[in-house]
Amino acid sequence: MAAESTLNRPEKRAGSMIGKTLLRLLLIVQTAAVVYPLLWNVLASFKTNAEIMENPWKLPKGIEWINYAHAFTSARIGDYMLNSVLVVILSMAILLVAAVPSAYVLGRMRFRGRSFFTNFYMAGLFVGGVYVIVPLFILMNSLHMLDNRFWLSAVYATGSLPFSIFLLTSFMKSIPHDYEEAAMIDGCGYFSTMFRIIVPMARPGIITLIVFSFFDFWNEYVMAMTFISSDAKKTIPVGLSNLMQIQQYATDWGSLFAGLVIVLAPTILVYVLLQKKLTEGMMLGGVKG
Amino acid sequence: MTMKTRKSIFIASCLLPGLFLFLLFKVYPTLQIFQKSLYLWTGLSDKPKFIGLQNYTDMFHDDTFLLSLKNTGLLMLVVPIVTLLIALVNASILTKSKLKERNIYRTVFFFPSILSFVVIAILWSFIYHPTMGFLNSGLEAVGLDKWALPWLGDQRVVLWALAVTLIWQAAGYYMVIYMAGIDGISPELYEAAELDGATRIKQFIHITIPMLWEIIRVTIIFSINGVLSISFVIVSVMTAGGPDHHSEVVMTYLYSQAFTNSNFGYAMAIGVFIFVISMILALLSNKLTERGTD
Repeated sequence: MAAESTLNRPEKRAGSMIGKTLLRLLLIVQTAAVVYPLLWNVLASFKTNAEIMENPWKLPKGIEWINYAHAFTSARIGDYMLNSVLVVILSMAILLVAAVPSAYVLGRMRFRGRSFFTNFYMAGLFVGGVYVIVPLFILMNSLHMLDNRFWLSAVYATGSLPFSIFLLTSFMKSIPHDYEEAAMIDGCGYFSTMFRIIVPMARPGIITLIVFSFFDFWNEYVMAMTFISSDAKKTIPVGLSNLMQIQQYATDWGSLFAGLVIVLAPTILVYVLLQKKLTEGMMLGGVKG
Repeated sequence: MTMKTRKSIFIASCLLPGLFLFLLFKVYPTLQIFQKSLYLWTGLSDKPKFIGLQNYTDMFHDDTFLLSLKNTGLLMLVVPIVTLLIALVNASILTKSKLKERNIYRTVFFFPSILSFVVIAILWSFIYHPTMGFLNSGLEAVGLDKWALPWLGDQRVVLWALAVTLIWQAAGYYMVIYMAGIDGISPELYEAAELDGATRIKQFIHITIPMLWEIIRVTIIFSINGVLSISFVIVSVMTAGGPDHHSEVVMTYLYSQAFTNSNFGYAMAIGVFIFVISMILALLSNKLTERGTD
């Protein structure tokens, strides 16, 4: 509010006008740096191969829908997409089954070993990623879990488990204890108290978790590349990177760009729908994490 | 008593699924990398042979490993600093200047951080492409022909080109974290500073940064770790470590030792080394950024 009173002075106002314009310019340049590569990709997906090899700044002459057809037929983007959907659903289901009850118990019940388990999972926040991929591969090989979408999903879920438990536990803790007492008096058992009363109340936390995990699972590349060998089971990121390697020899660039657009489209859609949820979630999880 | 056993059974059955997964896929492999890093183990059918610290000493005579370490170090230094700086400046502009369209900027800037790393890597391979990419032809169009380089094929610039991609990917993510933090700073502080005639830049340095310091510390560690794992995907898709290992990072080197050369023991030793280094870095940056109470 103090700003308003100083704004009345004309030289200040002119200065702030220039300042504002400069700021805008800075932001617009950055916006272009983010948007243009994506836009360029969409435009390239409508070009013929000859046009792609020409000037990259030119607009496409016509719309080559055939690129999209090729992406589905010869590049099998549709199959990869189905695999990704399957893996995301499986991973999410496994994650929720493992994380929600654990977080409930760790956040709301008193028992010996509670702080041990909490710290145990907390330590898990610091290990993981690519370091353990070699022993993980060897373990899965000896247990015959390789090239299997279910076990890939289980590994994904485990990767997200420490953070999920961390996030949900703090959520569970914030719900008043009176609810359980009332439920117990009404003769509710432990399981029905958890599922019928507390879980619905923790829904905002669970939704945040689902939104974040969705992008992690959908985009994961390294493990999918390592643990899945048959082409029919590959997920989108692996399929795309294969496609890129193939296209360097086959030079069907148009269908690669079309493939990228097909992959981008659902991400953009989910993003537009959940944008608010995502940035809210960052405040819940990201900052305190 | 029955009440107590019922409670114990409930607790156990709630914890079991999580613990099973966690022990199998996280704890066991983590213990394995420490143990098996002491073995010579070449191939799945091969029986591991104990060789003590040999793998670790080999690392320091392995020129490619040392080069990959240097490259990773450079990325871990440059990328977090630039990323977080851009994020901070943007966050404070978007929260403090009353631009009407600021929500659009926020939405746009955050977008790259939800894209698949593979998609980003492919996209940027084409941006940098010597003939198809718009970067070089754009430079030529404005008369900067000399600046048009084979970005990913030139030993001197390849790492910087990758750094730009990493920054592009992450800046928006940290910006949103900072925006949340700035929203939590009491507006009275800024009002008081305004009355004292402090400029926006002064407010940024003397209010925003100190008030966000705890968040900045956490994001530094996040960002360093992020570089470590994201550089793996970016490098393996965009350059495969080339040209001549000049964009090799430790993770890609570890991976190729394990899955191309079947050098499992050695790869795990590298894994342990990186793990220890990243722990030390986290502690170090935590220590260095600690605000003295004295």
